[in-house]
Amino acid sequence: MADPTRTTSNSSKTAIWNDPTFRSIAYQVIAVALLVWFFYFIFDNTLTNRAKSGVTTGFGFLNETAGFGILMSLIDYNETNTYGRTFVVGLMNTLLVSVMGIIAATIIGFILGVARLSHNWLVAKLATVYVETLRNIPLLLQIIFWYKILREYLPGPRQSIHLVQDSVLLNGRGLYLPQPVPESGFGIVIAAFVIAVVASVIIVRWAHKRQEATGQQFPSFLVSFGLIIFAPLAVFYGAGAPMSFEYPALKGFNVQNGLRLLPELTALWWALTMYTAAFIAEIVRAGIQGVSHGQSEAAHALGLRNAPTLRLVVIPQAMRIIIPPLTSQYLNLAKNSSLATAIGYPDLVNVFMGTTLNQTGQAVEIVAMTMAVYLTMSLLISAFMNWFNTKMALVER
Amino acid sequence: MNDFKALPDLAPPASTSGFIGWLRTNLFSSPLNSVVTLIVMYIMYLTFVPMFDWAIFSAVFIVDDPAACKEAGVGACWAFIGDRLNLFTYGSYPTEQIWRLDICFVLLVLSFGPQFFEAFPYKRLLGLFSLTVFPVVSFILIKGGMLGLEEVPTDRWGGLALTLIIAYVGIVAALPIGIALALGRRSEMPVIRTFCVVFIELWRGVPLISVLFMSSVMLPLFMPEGTNFDKLLRALIGITMFQSAYMAEVIRGGLQAIPKGQFEAANALGLSYWKSMRLIIMPQALKLVIPGIVNTFIALFKDTTLVLIIGLLDILATVEAQIQDPSWGKVNVEGHIFVALCFWVFCFSMSRYSQKLERKLHTGHKR
Repeated sequence: MADPTRTTSNSSKTAIWNDPTFRSIAYQVIAVALLVWFFYFIFDNTLTNRAKSGVTTGFGFLNETAGFGILMSLIDYNETNTYGRTFVVGLMNTLLVSVMGIIAATIIGFILGVARLSHNWLVAKLATVYVETLRNIPLLLQIIFWYKILREYLPGPRQSIHLVQDSVLLNGRGLYLPQPVPESGFGIVIAAFVIAVVASVIIVRWAHKRQEATGQQFPSFLVSFGLIIFAPLAVFYGAGAPMSFEYPALKGFNVQNGLRLLPELTALWWALTMYTAAFIAEIVRAGIQGVSHGQSEAAHALGLRNAPTLRLVVIPQAMRIIIPPLTSQYLNLAKNSSLATAIGYPDLVNVFMGTTLNQTGQAVEIVAMTMAVYLTMSLLISAFMNWFNTKMALVER
Repeated sequence: MNDFKALPDLAPPASTSGFIGWLRTNLFSSPLNSVVTLIVMYIMYLTFVPMFDWAIFSAVFIVDDPAACKEAGVGACWAFIGDRLNLFTYGSYPTEQIWRLDICFVLLVLSFGPQFFEAFPYKRLLGLFSLTVFPVVSFILIKGGMLGLEEVPTDRWGGLALTLIIAYVGIVAALPIGIALALGRRSEMPVIRTFCVVFIELWRGVPLISVLFMSSVMLPLFMPEGTNFDKLLRALIGITMFQSAYMAEVIRGGLQAIPKGQFEAANALGLSYWKSMRLIIMPQALKLVIPGIVNTFIALFKDTTLVLIIGLLDILATVEAQIQDPSWGKVNVEGHIFVALCFWVFCFSMSRYSQKLERKLHTGHKR
């Protein structure tokens, strides 16, 4: 400081490669150059290799006839359809098993998580054993295990296992559930359901506003719950029960009618559910334990009884902890459903990345499309998570 | 006045102490609890008794003739596992060379066993050994082709040995890449940061199976003609990429937990970026994330079974192939339980280890 000449001479002497700004720009330019070279290298090689093996480039193959059958499809599909349609069929099967798995795993996971905190020693220990066993065994092994059991140890159609008073049949060819058959007039019931949902949303909002303004409470949860359950039921019976069930029954050598879940789907669903439920149970337990004891004590001190304490104090805070890891478990489940390919359930990876890729040889396009699907899913879910986190973040002063 | 003399304390009532007291507080504390306990006990009786009978009491443990397993009323056929144990452990590695794998197993135990003991003094040195020297020595031993060892091609590698190799390479290779990516993601250079974010989110967003498919069908396309890629190497590249993305996120968590003052203090001391990272930041950050790294490793270890789908013969694939053998009858369940047990032992002990570490590390960082 005392010697001004020193500072000036120093700055003038600074070599350009010691200047942080220059350095940072240089590094980035080098990085970009390397990346461009890398991608050019890959691109060039791919084109050469493709030209050698006679594979065309582009997405034109999606319009060609597939010529192979798919075990199970939610939309109309046969061999004469295009490869593009196999993509849709696979995607829908993936979504189907993911949604089924998410619903079942959430229910079982929450029950297990609460059971782990039970005051009953036996229940708590059993839940712990379940969680520690299931989450330390590879999912692929579990899927294959259940699939083999379904395929090889279950009896043939004639000796089907009858469950729930003969309405559900289980045998080596699958799980048969009663199939709901809507009759004319069922649309009214659906309409009633939609109206009930909309009405309860309005009621909840109104009740919330009124409580903010006047302090008066309104049992909005009970009312909307009742509305959603009983309004469609009342309309259903009022309209003369316009829905019947078609029960599975043994006819000849096979079970006819009913909704058939393939053994592949059943095994995959079951394994994904059991595995993910173990993780969800841990999340739920951590969430409930994460709400400090002082919170429920404070609520008791304010004169709240047990039920309102849980509903108004503990659960809202626990959910704040639970939901972010829960959504990432859902994402994991959706990604894990790709293991279906090991047992031949026709999901996206099995149908599109398996059979379609083998037939067309369009590796780059197909892998890119499949990865794009999963990437989109995970980006959507993380977008939801960010939205949720900002919405739920503690408002601090 | 008489001296006051306290009478000896009465014993607590029998209903609140001892076994009965334990039962009353833990199993029968309320009518509802008692009902639940009884129902659960009944269900356990219904399921566990046949299970134990199948797995232990009527099981076949040692037998010379496979036909004994097929008799009616016989439970689990553990003799099948015993018969194939060598195959399940070493795969189809040449029998006369198996000692090489054995040495690696012993080295593995020696380099990780002592980490579990609190009092062992050379943990850091041993850790360094297991991340650097051990992989090289094992590679030379297992692959051979030098130092007078006969070369064993990778398609002869299999069984539990292959599973361990894949998991180990995955973690050792992913660690430095993960550190680099984590530093890159927190870098102030926008190009580097964007690249790291895209790389990490790309791999984290897709399932491992699609990565494996990609590495097995697309890597050969990417390389100049004539490059011959080993199947195992392709799988390892895929797994390493995938794993390093997860590792980067774990390490980033550790970096974010380091107070800003540490970075500033390092700058104030005049340390360069790399020196401050190596001497100040990384030692603290890595210590914080060891439990996280162990947890990622557990996930990776379970995920190694996926190589079955691209045709590598890891332990699960070997067992899958062997249970098809009709001479032993149906041994699906036994085979799968054996594999499950192998994975369970590894994963459970590792998760216990990471929980212990977490508890140990937690104390110093409470603010």
